[in-house]
Amino acid sequence: MKLRVTIMPKPGVLDPQGKAIAQALATLGFAGVTDVRAGKTILLDLAETDPAKAEAAAREMAQKLLANTVIESFSVEPA
Amino acid sequence: MRAAIILFPGTNRERDMAIALERASGRKPALVFHRETELPTGTDLVVLPGGFSYGDYLRSGAMAAHSPIMAAVRAHAARGGLVLGVCNGFQTLIEAGLLPGGLLKNATLRFLSMDCILRVERSGTAFTNHWQQGATFRAPMAHGDGNYFADDATLDRLEGENLIAFRYVDEHAQPTSAANRNGSARNIAGIFSPDLRICGLMPHPEDLVDPLMGGVDGLPMFESLAAA
Repeated sequence: MKLRVTIMPKPGVLDPQGKAIAQALATLGFAGVTDVRAGKTILLDLAETDPAKAEAAAREMAQKLLANTVIESFSVEPA
Repeated sequence: MRAAIILFPGTNRERDMAIALERASGRKPALVFHRETELPTGTDLVVLPGGFSYGDYLRSGAMAAHSPIMAAVRAHAARGGLVLGVCNGFQTLIEAGLLPGGLLKNATLRFLSMDCILRVERSGTAFTNHWQQGATFRAPMAHGDGNYFADDATLDRLEGENLIAFRYVDEHAQPTSAANRNGSARNIAGIFSPDLRICGLMPHPEDLVDPLMGGVDGLPMFESLAAA
């Protein structure tokens, strides 16, 4: 089954990419953008068909490799 | 001193590192490929050099941290063996969990290729014995992800346990924000493990070890290691 792992910089962790995007949006004339955070999405296609087991496996993958939990948080959902 | 330099796909600073180690110790370091599972017998010091291992995919150092040789590097560190990580090597030590914190994209979003001034925050270690406490020296830096981050509790612990190795300072040896080009927390450029056997830093002391390179500012690190 397919899962989507979303990885985001933790609240409080400086996100210079998000800041730069916010500035560029303002330059383009998009008003009222109060904050931008930039993260990444990883799509996993797993042989596992049991949703609970697949999610548990994806969480372990995120914990061990996909995210650096010192600076990033992650969430897992069906894709 | 027997040193082993680890080579990952994308490592590109191993020759500079080998020159620095040989100049200080008189002995050629071994070059060890990432697929190996053992270090050469009698290795005293493992060095993870700079570069762009695995193209910086996912996060800088994240792939290298899980390559086969890293199990041997962990075992070496657990035995109290010396480990030095410079630039991408520092990123790899952090991703491997051998040093705390994280290295974020530089606060300016720019790749920084310039000299910086470092202050020795702790002399009297295998890496810094040949410097006086508080000494400053010039070091080239070349990185995109050198912005050291850790939560306040970790930063307080590092300071409380005297585990900050180097800080970015200005020409008056002051850790100003202007001197902190990559935006690192508390101007931290390098740190030690609690047993002082692991050291990681972003700038490149190995690139100033000969007058022909423009100076010998980085040589004390390698003289310290050679005598350790």
